[in-house]
Amino acid sequence: MKKNWWKILSFLLLVYTVVGGFLMDVPRLFILNETIRNLYFHVCMWFGMMILFGTSFVYSIKYLRGFSLRNDIFAHNFAAIGSFFGILGYATGTIWANYTWVTDQSQSLGSILKEPKLIGAAIALLIYGAYFVLRGSFTDMDKKARVSAVYNIFAFAMLFPSIWIIPRLVGSLHPGAPGSESGNPALNFKDIDSRLRMIFYPAIIGWTLLGVWIATLKIRLQLFKDKTLLNEKDS
Amino acid sequence: MISRIFTLLQKDVLLEFRQKHTFYGILLYIASTIFVLYLSIDRPDANVWNGLFWTIQLFICVNAVAKSFLQESRGRMLYFYSIASPVEFIVAKMIYNLLLMMLMSLLSLLLFVIFLDNPINNSLWFVGIVVLGGASISIVFTLMSAIAAKAQQNAALIAILGFPVILPQLLLLMRLSKAAFAEVFRQGAVMELSLLIIGLDILVIAMAVILFPYLWKD
Repeated sequence: MKKNWWKILSFLLLVYTVVGGFLMDVPRLFILNETIRNLYFHVCMWFGMMILFGTSFVYSIKYLRGFSLRNDIFAHNFAAIGSFFGILGYATGTIWANYTWVTDQSQSLGSILKEPKLIGAAIALLIYGAYFVLRGSFTDMDKKARVSAVYNIFAFAMLFPSIWIIPRLVGSLHPGAPGSESGNPALNFKDIDSRLRMIFYPAIIGWTLLGVWIATLKIRLQLFKDKTLLNEKDS
Repeated sequence: MISRIFTLLQKDVLLEFRQKHTFYGILLYIASTIFVLYLSIDRPDANVWNGLFWTIQLFICVNAVAKSFLQESRGRMLYFYSIASPVEFIVAKMIYNLLLMMLMSLLSLLLFVIFLDNPINNSLWFVGIVVLGGASISIVFTLMSAIAAKAQQNAALIAILGFPVILPQLLLLMRLSKAAFAEVFRQGAVMELSLLIIGLDILVIAMAVILFPYLWKD
């Protein structure tokens, strides 16, 4: 029970996010209006994705340091759940775009698809798609773990500029593009209303913990399946 | 260390001269691809030209660089393992692929200009951008080819692994190329973009040097 406090915390934070997110007062800005509530879901998905990919990256480094298959299973499953969060981020983003960019700003589909942040996220999903394809093309487990760890580390390093640098250089519909002066969107204290912050920060923690929770369940299952194999390796 | 890198480089160049068919194969690939483009589209505008040019560079690179690790047999790799360190090996491969790709990029630029019109305003700049682009693409694909060689796979896996990774650099390159087509840039933006691409290249080289030793041992 002592080890599970963060699962309870995740549950409580998410209950707070959903209840508070839909019922508490939010600032009503032009075009955005009530859709700003999606901040608690959409933006948190990307935070969760990046944190999970980061964790996967760390476990890949750990694998290369000790060659323990446990770390490879961790890296694989964190990457899988990270990709899942990325897809959820797209899904929540579509809803948001539908009520702001499409109906109120009457942007064409073409200009929305050209969004630098959409492209960055697509690159992320493609990279991890390639990671899973690479994993699938090996039969030898040790070789699979080693080569995919190398690719994971390299890909994560290349993902960084595509998500954090390029969207800052080109014009964008998202906040935080050059010219809008808002800097890092949603993290800047001048940019985000204190009413939003009260739910937004707990929501990030809650969703990320949920992602870690799902990942640990998958990892446990995998560890159980490979039990005999892992024991042979470690002994 | 430098002399060993140079020797490995020399070996690759010598192999290329001995087995001319692969070299001519790539040349033919470039020529026929651009000829197909010439037959299918007539005088594309600058944007289309730019997009086509960089996409073709990507495919040329996959074909030119793919063989760099696939051609080495298991026994030969074992031999290299005993005489050189992994860092020397990967650096030699990267330099070789870089030179090869620069040559191929410049050749394809020449063919593009001959067959598909010339929308470039500032040719000297564009040649510089092409050399920089060829270098960036070839470095990334060298490491990808090393990974794909481990998976006993063909060029298809290189493309799957490499395309998403090269995208950020390719987007920057396409954007930078527009500086050579009449588009006006903000003061200092061209320098900023070039430095960003060079910075990414340095990152890739550093990652390759750090990570390749793990691919190398078997």
